[in-house]
Amino acid sequence: MIGKPWFLALAVLTATASTSLVAQTVSSGLRGATPLNEEGPAAPMSPTRNTAEREPRNYPEQPPVIPHGIDGYQIDINGNKCLSCHARARTGESQAPMVSITHFMDRDGQFLASVSPRRFFCTECHVSQSVATPPVSNDFVDIDTLLSRAAPGGRR
Amino acid sequence: MSATDPAAPRASALARIWAFAVELWDVIRRPSSVFGLGLLVLAGFVAGVMFWGAFNTALELTNTEKFCTSCHEMRDNVFSELKTTIHFSNRSGVRASCPDCHVPHNWTDKIARKMQASKEVWAHLFGTIDTRDKFVDHRLELAIHEWARFKANDSLECRNCHSAESMDITKQSPRASVAHQRFLFPGEKTCIDCHKGIAHHLPDMRGVPGWQ
Repeated sequence: MIGKPWFLALAVLTATASTSLVAQTVSSGLRGATPLNEEGPAAPMSPTRNTAEREPRNYPEQPPVIPHGIDGYQIDINGNKCLSCHARARTGESQAPMVSITHFMDRDGQFLASVSPRRFFCTECHVSQSVATPPVSNDFVDIDTLLSRAAPGGRR
Repeated sequence: MSATDPAAPRASALARIWAFAVELWDVIRRPSSVFGLGLLVLAGFVAGVMFWGAFNTALELTNTEKFCTSCHEMRDNVFSELKTTIHFSNRSGVRASCPDCHVPHNWTDKIARKMQASKEVWAHLFGTIDTRDKFVDHRLELAIHEWARFKANDSLECRNCHSAESMDITKQSPRASVAHQRFLFPGEKTCIDCHKGIAHHLPDMRGVPGWQ
């Protein structure tokens, strides 16, 4: 049970805290200086990275990102533009990496003759990249760096 | 040749038409006894100019985006799809509209295509693709016609704007530059071989070369 003076002090504290929160302009990298109750101007769209050079994965299970533009690429029941280059039979002409064998697996782990329907829609996992400075910094360190930090010259 | 005898009052329609044709031929083949040769030549010339002007104007009227999209088959299906693509809206504001890709610019080829298109008028009148479902059912067949036409004329309508000679591959993305050098410049492939479905949605692509 809280005593009366304590309760009063708590109430005053809460009130001051909330008013200062409302008055505060939250300036984040994503929002900019726009107050929380207003919608700021839309940021300009950044161009797609189109170097066609493979990006290293940050961890082995990461779906590789798409290093080129995919504007207007149709992926639906009628066709899959990505497979025009990345399908097994097409890689000779295109010199593009083949879709990995995991994409031929059904949910029971059985390999099918071609890309499994559940892995057909490329952009569910693979995304093209924008040329933009990240508004939020990221101190992600990949596992190799972490291990070498833990034991320099140590056991692998 | 003597003038035709007065026809019998109950002559059949066919006989009367024949008699009229014979009489007309008699007039046409005889030299004029009223107009001078110069006037006839001049009148023929003026009439020719007027006819040609009218013919070409009418032809060009059927060669506009407005004419193409006056049929709902085109407006609601292929034209609405075109609107989302780079050939309709882009950074430099150049627009390729229907006839730029689908009607040859060369006159004889244009006339040949226009005569072919009379079948499309027929299909419009009889409602071959007058619903979305009917259109989708015919999409593969229609696409195959256009792919075959582009393949046969070496993608001429593409090259009217995108010529291989004026391509600066250093301005292209690495993938595009490599692909154009390997397949386009040696003439191994033509535009439509790789660039299908750039202006409209694709039909069922199973079995189409290069597609899965």
